Amino acid sequence: MPFRYFGKINYTPYTKVAEFADELHKGNLVGSKCNDCGEKSFPPRADCANCMSGDFKLVKVKPNGTLVTFTTIHSPPDGFEDIAPYTLGLVDLEEGGRLLSWFENTEPEDIKIGMKVKVIPKIFEEIEEIKLYYALEKE
Amino acid sequence: MKVGIVGVGHGKFGRRSDATVQELAFEAFKAALEDTKNLERKDIDAVIIGSSPEYHKQRSIPGVITEYIGMNDKPTWLTEAACASASAALMSAYMAIKSGLHDTVLVLGVQKMTELNTAEIQSLMGRVGDVQWESIFGTTFPGYYAMYAAKHMNVYGTTPKQMAKTAVKSHHYGAMNPYAMFQKEITIEKALASPMVADPLRVYDCCANADGAAALILTKDDLAKEFHETPVWIEGTGSASAPISVLRRPDMTSIPSAVAAAKQAYKMAGVKAGDVKVADVHDCFTIAEIIALEDVGFVKKGEGGKFEEEGQTYIGGKHPVNVDGGLKSKGHPVGATGASQTVEIVKQVRGEAGKRQVEGADIGLTHNVGGIGQYCFVNIYGR
Ligand SMILES: [Zn+2]
Repeated sequence: MPFRYFGKINYTPYTKVAEFADELHKGNLVGSKCNDCGEKSFPPRADCANCMSGDFKLVKVKPNGTLVTFTTIHSPPDGFEDIAPYTLGLVDLEEGGRLLSWFENTEPEDIKIGMKVKVIPKIFEEIEEIKLYYALEKE
Repeated sequence: MKVGIVGVGHGKFGRRSDATVQELAFEAFKAALEDTKNLERKDIDAVIIGSSPEYHKQRSIPGVITEYIGMNDKPTWLTEAACASASAALMSAYMAIKSGLHDTVLVLGVQKMTELNTAEIQSLMGRVGDVQWESIFGTTFPGYYAMYAAKHMNVYGTTPKQMAKTAVKSHHYGAMNPYAMFQKEITIEKALASPMVADPLRVYDCCANADGAAALILTKDDLAKEFHETPVWIEGTGSASAPISVLRRPDMTSIPSAVAAAKQAYKMAGVKAGDVKVADVHDCFTIAEIIALEDVGFVKKGEGGKFEEEGQTYIGGKHPVNVDGGLKSKGHPVGATGASQTVEIVKQVRGEAGKRQVEGADIGLTHNVGGIGQYCFVNIYGR
């Protein structure tokens, strides 16, 4: 599952953490863990921010977190007109790391800073080409 | 050795369907030369261009501009730090003069944004964030600042009305600035009724994309008096970076690079925030001005909104800020903005700002943020 399938529009088809897309396709949210110093990161990174080691593995991350802040985009960029308006949330994951995505299956009035959210791996079903992503939902 | 600014020039900002990027640069350069005393093109040793190259159809603009303004065969290059590109150019010029490599350097901030349509610009600006993990979800530039605004409102009780009041002030001064894109007053009611762009930011919370140029001529201290009666000195300069990604920004109510850059600039200049009489801060959005007031230390953390509501950033208030109309009213030609801010503060410090003059403005400050804070430059000027 090449990384180019990750995102409604993907800008970075090539990356050392491309396996992230395979895991997402299997329904797993994964971050990276340094094999030398144990530093964890979400989003995953191939090069350890702490000790600069390039030896890492992808490890499952608990898909739960707390909403840090959010916005509803009314004026979307190219390629996102069909889903606007959409609400983007910034989420601090329970096990560390941070993630940005949009809300699905959640009433706008229920979205509040500090709320608990879950992160759901998804596949765009209405598009012919495979598009993987993750969405936020109220827990 | 001190470095002084001996010439400033500002072109008209706005939708400049009448001019190419090099023609815009020419206007500002000519005005800066006319602002000096006896300085001619042959006295300038190098040309540093501040610009964000991806907006232009023309590739590698320093060469084209330097030729058009008649500065061949002087060296030229581009500095890029998104919306802070001209401040990066200014810092490069400062370094070149301090090092002794050059005596006199031209800084030209220039941008032609309207060669692209609004959706293309939105898409481009959204990609100022992390494209691997963020842009794929349809982030936009206003969207990032909207997330800052929502958090600031949640933590400190900042209100949409306080943001609207900031916009009203910007337009009040923009109406007095002949170079501004928007020279019309607005009301709080009008601002609060404008369409939502990225909740809670409305149209009047956002600056507009624009075309334009501004130019600065810098020289070393023993030449400065020859070229201007009142050289304005760069007393302090600071610069810092921060993670591009909001995924690695622990505090979503402050721009860490701005806090760090301001600290450096104050220390170098030997002044405190309270000594600054006039400032231009990077108000790409109303919330950005409110956060800037806090980041450069004009108010305590969380009190920026209240400060705006009380009118303390007007002339006559405790800290006059963006009394040229700011990015909000002038328009934001990305690469030109840092130079535009410096033009205003130099005029204020000289006492040449006319009906927008802040009395006794002997110390001025510019705060220029690139992107969503991955770059920040803060300068302090004195006479
Ligand atoms: Zn490590």
